[in-house]
This record gives sequence, structure tokens and C-alpha cells, in this order.
Amino acid sequence: MSEEQSFLERLPARGEARDAEPTWVAARRQAGAARFEALGFPTKRDEQWKYTDVRRISQGRFALADNADFSPGQAAALTLPLASAIRLTFVDGVFSAELSDLAALPAGVTVEPLSQALSDNHEAVGGVLGRLTGVDFSPFAALNTAFSEEGAVIRLAPGTVVEAPIVVQFLSRANAEPVMCHPRVLIQAGARSEATVIEHFVGETDAANFTNVVAEALLERGAILTHYNLQEAPLGDLLVTSLQVDQGRDSRFTSFNVNLGGALVRNDLVSELNAEGAEAHLYGLFYAQGRQHVDNHTLVNHNAPHTISNENYKGILDDRARGVFNGKVVVKRDSQKIEADQSNANLLLSDRAEIDTKPELEIYADDVKCSHGATTGQLDEEAVFALRTRGLDEQTARGLLTLAFAGEVMDRVTLDAIAERVERAVAGKLPERFNLTGLVEVAALEQAGHAQEEGGHDRDG
Amino acid sequence: MLEVKDLHVCVEGSEILKGLSLTILPGEVHAIMGPNGAGKSTLSAVIAGKDGYEVTSGTITFEGRDVLDMEIEERAQAGLLMGFQYPVEIPGVKNIYLLKAALNAQRAARGEGEMPAPEFMKLVKEKLAYMKMDPSFLQRAVNEGFSGGEKKRNEILQMLILEPKLAMLDEIDSGLDIDAMKIVAEGVNSLRQADRAILMVTHYQRLLDYITPDKVHVLVDGRIVKSGDKNLALELESRGYEWVVEESAA
Repeated sequence: MSEEQSFLERLPARGEARDAEPTWVAARRQAGAARFEALGFPTKRDEQWKYTDVRRISQGRFALADNADFSPGQAAALTLPLASAIRLTFVDGVFSAELSDLAALPAGVTVEPLSQALSDNHEAVGGVLGRLTGVDFSPFAALNTAFSEEGAVIRLAPGTVVEAPIVVQFLSRANAEPVMCHPRVLIQAGARSEATVIEHFVGETDAANFTNVVAEALLERGAILTHYNLQEAPLGDLLVTSLQVDQGRDSRFTSFNVNLGGALVRNDLVSELNAEGAEAHLYGLFYAQGRQHVDNHTLVNHNAPHTISNENYKGILDDRARGVFNGKVVVKRDSQKIEADQSNANLLLSDRAEIDTKPELEIYADDVKCSHGATTGQLDEEAVFALRTRGLDEQTARGLLTLAFAGEVMDRVTLDAIAERVERAVAGKLPERFNLTGLVEVAALEQAGHAQEEGGHDRDG
Repeated sequence: MLEVKDLHVCVEGSEILKGLSLTILPGEVHAIMGPNGAGKSTLSAVIAGKDGYEVTSGTITFEGRDVLDMEIEERAQAGLLMGFQYPVEIPGVKNIYLLKAALNAQRAARGEGEMPAPEFMKLVKEKLAYMKMDPSFLQRAVNEGFSGGEKKRNEILQMLILEPKLAMLDEIDSGLDIDAMKIVAEGVNSLRQADRAILMVTHYQRLLDYITPDKVHVLVDGRIVKSGDKNLALELESRGYEWVVEESAA
């Protein structure tokens, strides 16, 4: 039996639940399975997978979880500290109503688990689901289509502005037998709607599961979506994410793709700029250590004139970790007046760490403004010197500059709770030689300063 | 306080400083002037500990310690602080981080604990106001996108907070308009006290209208060829450097 077949063997495990499915879902499932079997798991011979070996997934044996049991206390410790978030929680892919919170849901917004959307009105979902990120997107998207039964459906009516961030939380448990899940995330942002969606991956320290999430976002005219892929998965987890975004006229998509955890991580992000005025801003940060492997593939298709994309990815690699960045920008024929900037910078903290970076530009129009660049290297020695002349010892200076390197991406983040969480996580990962305790305390001090200022305003008022 | 004796320094094989000697006592304000290429920047760079400067002979001692044997950070921690002509931009490192880390490093070197956060914030805000800088500046990255005047003010702000024993100011007046110059000069003047010394390196006399030096030295071709009081600076302003160069050659 092939590796692919051994995965598909798990499909009938859900036989009973599947009997109740609408016929179109069953048909999609079959199509997904067939496509997955035909494509097979990618190998290093595939250009798109040249640097990422997925054998840890393909040769693994993963069961399907059948419950969402998770201690609420432990879940609370893992949950993002956002004051008024709308939250859907999935435990090893299984929806947990107990750990979800939809109290802050305003009018004009639907946030619900896919299973509920299907049972309430499957036809409303059927027309949209899988329109993007389909079975041809990748073998993993096909595999997801074969298995997907749960996920998040987020719909914004035209003109709806959602202040509260919408969090889709994926909790991974330390199971006796590793499990896999194939969640789907569907985001439909109506004209001029505005929202922040956070996909948050986190879990128990000893977890070693395989999560294969496929997301699709449709942005209608003037819609504004800020999307976070905040990946703090347990260090044994295997994670593949695929996100495709369809952008209408004057829509704006901002992505923060932060990867701190996982043993093997592959993210594919595709933005389709389909109409004039559409903008995509892609920010990425990854920090890998030990033997972690993080692969980020992005593709921006400028399918229409007067579209803008801007991409900045930064990576920090220590020990024997390996990072991959492949950022492709395609400007279609007749897509004039395009602006596309892309950069990727990487810091290697160890001689044995490795980064493979490949920026790609394909331009078939002539009136465009494009730039790209990739750098890999060490810290700016002039800056190290400047800090030392202020009395900082060399390692502290290097630690501070490494934190600053990551901070340049996080400065764009508008949710302070997330920016601080990531900064602390990065400071906490920095090697001990960098005297990080001092740095973290400096960060704490800065917050104290903020609080003091706010207190002062109160008194003034 | 600072004693430079017969200092010879080579940069990429050619000798720039050729036997420079200088003694600075506590409480004194010294100005080193000189034409371009005389070696003014080299002197600053060597005292700060920059790479690429080879001391072939001579000594620099600070409060009896051999400066050339100290790490870059040890010099700062001991109270020898340099204000640069071209302060480096450090993207991503917020000013507040730098100030706190620098102050704590200095205190740690003296065996003191960290300054408590509220006390530190109070100190920083007071000095910011003195330098007419907005508090939002603390959240900005060090010198990133700063105008020339802002960078220089930032150097002086660091001095006000770190309170060095010897403040060295390398061409602190370059690129400043008259208003910025006044603010910077006021900051420097507020540093003057009996147990602290200031060493300014400058090309122009203009700065010395605002910060009156006790001693003025003329640096020509790697050596101090003439020393005097503030009147020497005025004379240089009206007569140029030519006559000193000729006098020293004679």
C-alpha cells in the first residue's frame, strides 16, 4: 500500500457521520481523495518542495480525534490575551463549544464552525467553499478536501466593521497516538467590510500531531482584512497551511505570518490581486532553533493594473534549524502601473543553521515599479560598536539587535497584545549568551512607562 | 583625568597622529581645533575604541587606567563617553531600550543595582524636556530617520542621562542650524561641573561662542602645535589656520 493510500484508509473511520452529508460534500471528498492519490505526496524533486522533506508526514501514522476534551484552565493559559475577542476553538480539529466565545459577535457577522454552517444551510456554503485553494492547489489541499469536515466559516455583510479580533484557535494535544486534522477556514468579506482574523496554533508541549489547514478568503470591493497566522505550535507538531486570497477592487489584505513553533512547518500564501486598487501587504517572521524546519512560500499575482503588493519576511535561525523563503511576484500582461516590493532578510545565529531564500519576479508588463532583495548575514557591526560605546557589553548589544531585527516586522502589528507576546517569545528564545533577562526586563519597563503615561492622562482628565 | 602621551596612530599603514599629547583635568572644558585632515576624528575614534586604528606608540590613561587596554564598553562604563559626529542609526532598537540598558550597564559596573522603573522614567522625561524633545521619541528607533539636529540632541540626551566623567564631543556642531545649536550648547553647558571634564573636537569657532572653553588646542598634521585660552579660538577664526601651520613649521 502506498503512503497516500495508508492516509486515505482513515477516511471510512468517519463513515456514519459522512452518511448524513450533502451529496456535494461527498462528491468533493471523493474528488479530493482521487486528486491526492494522483498527485501523491510532494518529493524534493518538485521545484516547490525542493528544500522541504515531508517524509515525517507521509511516513507517519495519524489517527483522527473523536473528542475535544481539554482542561479549560490549561486552554486559558494558551489562549491569546485579547480582551474582547470572538473565538472559535478546535481541539485536534474537533470543535469545542465550551472553549469558544461568540458573545461579542455584532450584527452582520457570522462566525461559526463549518459543521454547523453545513447543517444549517449547506447550500449557502456549497457555492463558495473550495472555490479557492482547490484540489489542484497542492497535494495537501487535495488531502484536506478529502478529509475536511470541520473548520471556521466567517462571513461579513457589506459595510460591516468588526472591531473585536476573530480568533480561530487550533489546540494540539499530547495524544498517546498522534492525530491529524484537516480544518478549513472560509472568510467572505463583503464590500467595504473590515475585520481582523487570527489563526492561532498552540498546544501541549509534548504534542506531535499533523495539522493540515486550508483557508480561503474572498475580499469584495473595498474590503479590508488583516490576517494573522500566529504559529506557536508545540515543537513536535507537523503543520501545513495553505491560504489563498481573492481580492476585489480597492480591497486591502494585510498578512502577519509569524512562525515560532512546530517541528516541520510549511506555509503557502497566495494573493490574487484581481482588480484595480487592490493591495496586499505581507509581513513574515520566523524563528527556528534546534532542528526545526520552517518553509514559507508566497505568491502574489498582479492580475490587474494599479495594484500594489509589498512583502517583508524576516527569519532568525539558530542551532541546526533550517528555513526556506520563496516569494514570487507575477505581473500579468497588461497589468500596468504596478508597484511590487519584496524583501527577505535572515539572521543566522549558528554556523550549522541554514536558509534557502529565493525571491522571484515574473513581469509581463512594462510600466511597473518592482523591487526585490534577499540578504542573509550577520548583524550590523557598526551598530554593535555604537551600542558598546554606550556601555552595553557585546553579547547584550547583539541580543538587543537581534530582538530589533524581529521587531522591525512586529512594529507593523496593531494589536499590542500580540506584538508584546511575540517580542517576549523571541527574547525568550534568544541564546542565553545574549543576557536576555535584562532585555526582557527592559521590555517590561517600557510597558510600565506606557501605563504610567496613561495614568498621567487620567489625572489630567 | 585624561592623559594622552606621545600618541602615534596609523590608519591603513599611514601615520595620522604623530606624537599627540594632551592633559585634561577635572572641571575643565577643552576644545581641539584644526584644519581638515589634521587627525581630529582619528583622536576621537582611538579614544572610543573603533576598529582599524593602530596605536604604534604612546599611551592614553583615564583616571590612571590604561584606556587602550579596556574594552569599548568598559570605557563607557568607567565614564568616558563619546558623542559622535555621525551617530549611527540603529533600526528597531528603541531609544528607551538603549537608555535603560546603557544606564544599567554603567550601574552594574559600579556594583549598583538597576534603577527602579518609575525613577528611571522620571529621570528620562526630565532630561527629554530639557533637550526640548517629545516623549514619543522614546518609542522611536535610535536615530532612525532623525534629522541631523535630532541626532545630535540625542547624543547630548544620552550624556545627560549617563552623566559621564569625561564627555567627548566630536564635531557636535556639524549640520546644526542656529536654534538646534543653542539647545545642544545649553545641554553641554549643563554638564559642566567641578568633577567632570568636556573635550570638544571642532572645525569651527562658532560652537565656542556658546560653550566657552578653558583651553583651546590647535591640531595640525597629527600633533598639537599650539595651546591657549578661548582667545586663541577667536584668533583662528579671524586669521585662519595658516599662520599656526607656518609658526609650527618654523
